[in-house]
Amino acid sequence: MAGLSELASRLRTELGTEKVIDDRQELRTYECDGLAHYKVVPGLVVLARSTADVAAAVRACNDAGVPFVARGSGTGLSGGALPHADGILIVMSQMREILEIDRDGQRAVVEPGVINLQVTRAAAAGGYYYAPDPSSQQVCSIGGNVAENSGGAHCLKYGFTTNHVLGVEFVDPSGNVIEIGGKAPDSPGYDLLGTIVGSEGTLGIATRVTVKLTRAPESVETLLAGFDDTDAAGQAVSAIIAAGVIPAAVEMMDALAIEAAEEAVHCGYPEGAGAVLVVELDGPASEVDAQFADVKRLCDQAGAFELRVAADDAERALIWRGRKSAFAAVGRISPDYIVQDGVIPRTALPEVLRAIADLSGQSGVRVANVFHAGDGNLHPLVLFDDAVDGAAEAAEKVSGQILDLCLQHGGSITGEHGVGADKAKHMPDMFTADDLDTMQLVRCAFDPNGLSNPGKVFPTPRLCGEVPGRHRGAHPLVEAGLAEQF
Amino acid sequence: MTDVLDALQRATGGHAAVAGEADVAGGVPAKWVAAPGSTEEAAAVLRTAAAEGLAVAARGAGTKLDWGTPPRRLDLIVDIGRLDRVIEHAAGDLVVIAQAGVPLRTLGEQLAEAGQRLAVDEVVPGTTVGGMLATGLSGPRRMLAGAVRDLVLGVTLVRADGVVAKAGGKVVKNVAGYDLSKLVCGAYGTLGLVTEANFRLHPIPPAAAYVTARVPDAAAAYAAVQRMLHGQFVPTAVELDRPEPGGPVEIAVLLEGTEAGVTARTAQAVEALGDGAAEGPQPGWWGALPAGDVLVKVTTELTGTGRLLDGIEKAAPAAVRGSAGVGVLYASVAAPDAAGFVLALRDAAPSWQGSVVMLTAPPEVRSEVDSWGPVAGLELMRKVKDRFDPDALLAPGRFVGGI
Repeated sequence: MAGLSELASRLRTELGTEKVIDDRQELRTYECDGLAHYKVVPGLVVLARSTADVAAAVRACNDAGVPFVARGSGTGLSGGALPHADGILIVMSQMREILEIDRDGQRAVVEPGVINLQVTRAAAAGGYYYAPDPSSQQVCSIGGNVAENSGGAHCLKYGFTTNHVLGVEFVDPSGNVIEIGGKAPDSPGYDLLGTIVGSEGTLGIATRVTVKLTRAPESVETLLAGFDDTDAAGQAVSAIIAAGVIPAAVEMMDALAIEAAEEAVHCGYPEGAGAVLVVELDGPASEVDAQFADVKRLCDQAGAFELRVAADDAERALIWRGRKSAFAAVGRISPDYIVQDGVIPRTALPEVLRAIADLSGQSGVRVANVFHAGDGNLHPLVLFDDAVDGAAEAAEKVSGQILDLCLQHGGSITGEHGVGADKAKHMPDMFTADDLDTMQLVRCAFDPNGLSNPGKVFPTPRLCGEVPGRHRGAHPLVEAGLAEQF
Repeated sequence: MTDVLDALQRATGGHAAVAGEADVAGGVPAKWVAAPGSTEEAAAVLRTAAAEGLAVAARGAGTKLDWGTPPRRLDLIVDIGRLDRVIEHAAGDLVVIAQAGVPLRTLGEQLAEAGQRLAVDEVVPGTTVGGMLATGLSGPRRMLAGAVRDLVLGVTLVRADGVVAKAGGKVVKNVAGYDLSKLVCGAYGTLGLVTEANFRLHPIPPAAAYVTARVPDAAAAYAAVQRMLHGQFVPTAVELDRPEPGGPVEIAVLLEGTEAGVTARTAQAVEALGDGAAEGPQPGWWGALPAGDVLVKVTTELTGTGRLLDGIEKAAPAAVRGSAGVGVLYASVAAPDAAGFVLALRDAAPSWQGSVVMLTAPPEVRSEVDSWGPVAGLELMRKVKDRFDPDALLAPGRFVGGI
């Protein structure tokens, strides 16, 4: 493509040869993110090392009318970083410097390529950590977390990325560098930050991020409870919430997910359990002790046949290992699988799980369930064998029906993985045309030319055009000699 | 004129009238008042306003209508008083959906019956859900629970053109689409009229205690707040009050949790706070804004609290109060000092990375100094405003940079 080769030479001149990749073989490295069945080889890759690099690349895209997509570690599960064949992929993973750990001010300032867990490691010496903890936290980047508003196991108590990001330096889709928010709260003006976090790369690219650091808790107690079935485990969760306890995490796995985790990491979960709960409490020792006694009692009352309490960090890690490896572990019991991510009101859990079991029974498609039970965020793993004719389609169908179930119960089509390329088609099931149009007013304000990660989130892009009722100067088409106004 | 009134009456089932003397926003009198009783009626009102080119301001309890800059134009006040229903309280899901006109107090009473709360303080007595959202005003408890923007899960919004849109949802975890709930939070009604909002709730803790201490100066106050931040007793809120310019500072800490936990943590906090700290009743000033002609909100990074207090002391005689644990303080100054005070603090604010916003002031002060001060990202904000409200009908001029 002529446009891209011109762009490549411009970027080599502006950024340096080593930062621009246009070799077809090398480009293939970047053809997908964590959602590997969507593949597009990018037209061009830029390896950004600085804010100036990102701004230069975005400005060059603007001048050429070429779309751009930002990519962090490429661990996203909705195809948010799926490249554009005729566009530039701006890879942020080399911007990985932790610029500041401000313990006294409870803040860290990092580049977007910094790995989530590295922030916690850097803050640990001062007794602090970074709370949002996606299961991929050993590899995922803060920039990706900002794009996706990533969650994790501890969101119920601590909130999501959006509650922990206080500022960004940001390259808007025109290539302007803007500071939004910072170490102090409540910057005057619209809460652009709240809109940018979770906008999946469609409003621009964060090039520096200020995050809140959270005091490491004095005490952590982790419990593994085995139940006969998911109904009993669900009852335990309801009872815990009803007792006014907000655990740091409540995770549930069903029999099939337990089986997979055992195969993969030998986590030694209770023998014969139809469901396990991982419940973690953290905070001041005096609070945790009081509440932990309640939690154990409530699990017993709900019918737990085995309760295990982690005696130390090593045992805690073992309990979590089964849960955190669950997605990958499913690969042990199925050649292929779809990771679904839907949300329901937590109280609908038993009903929805039964409906998922029915779907599975009717279709013959196996579904393993792993979820954040505390906030109703389901992760059904829909198993299939791509070598079998029609299996992928059947799995896809069940996966879609699970989302329908979530919406029927007043939930959401995604709790943490994002809409991306994968679920844009489901957005009209959750939102009306007017809802989507209103969201896209924001899109048009930031990105009137639709160059920032186009084709993601929204099934049909709004044509931004002229702002109605506002005519500043001549119409661009008139200026360009392409039209006449009468 | 009567055509407009007729249209507003039709839109609201007769709940529209010619404005009276009290129907004023930011000192600007309105011509009409309309009180929709539903989202549909609100949409019809805004469609009428769009058709007639009426400038609109929304009014809840009217407690903060003079906050922000006075509107450039005003024709119609949309009174949300009839939108007073709590639509759904899903206690098991820790979620509530309430109409914008519900007073926080009423909402709190209803939620308390189920042992739950919306963890936002009623900073200004009488505040409605809508007024809280429009100003984004959060009180002491934001330190642990988050600010209003962190607790809102979804909104129903009527746009300037009368189109109704929902964003977010009614589950606590949801990343589908743009988070417009946060965008309209603190937007002073300039992007649309919120008719309903969904919030995440928290259980009401069984026990609570206050610990207070009086320290002599800004440096000691900073040190005391730091000890509260880095301890292990997880305060719900850390507040300070300095009623006399340059005088002693009272630090007050709220601890909440289980009976046993609060007892233990209170003892720890008393010890850590030192300076003659003691457990006691809620201080009389807790969670209230300092009274005075001119109210200024100043924010700081958490390491800047001491420097900020010194900066205030240097700028003009002022009473200071606020959420030291978050970096948000409110200063009250006399009108003659206000402009100089604001400008001096704005000069110094970059050194503590904060902002200085004049929330309320008499007209003569507003004409001397801009209420909002410098705004990062203003150009993008204007673009957002232009898309949502191209004819600038929603509270025009009330917000930053003349938005």
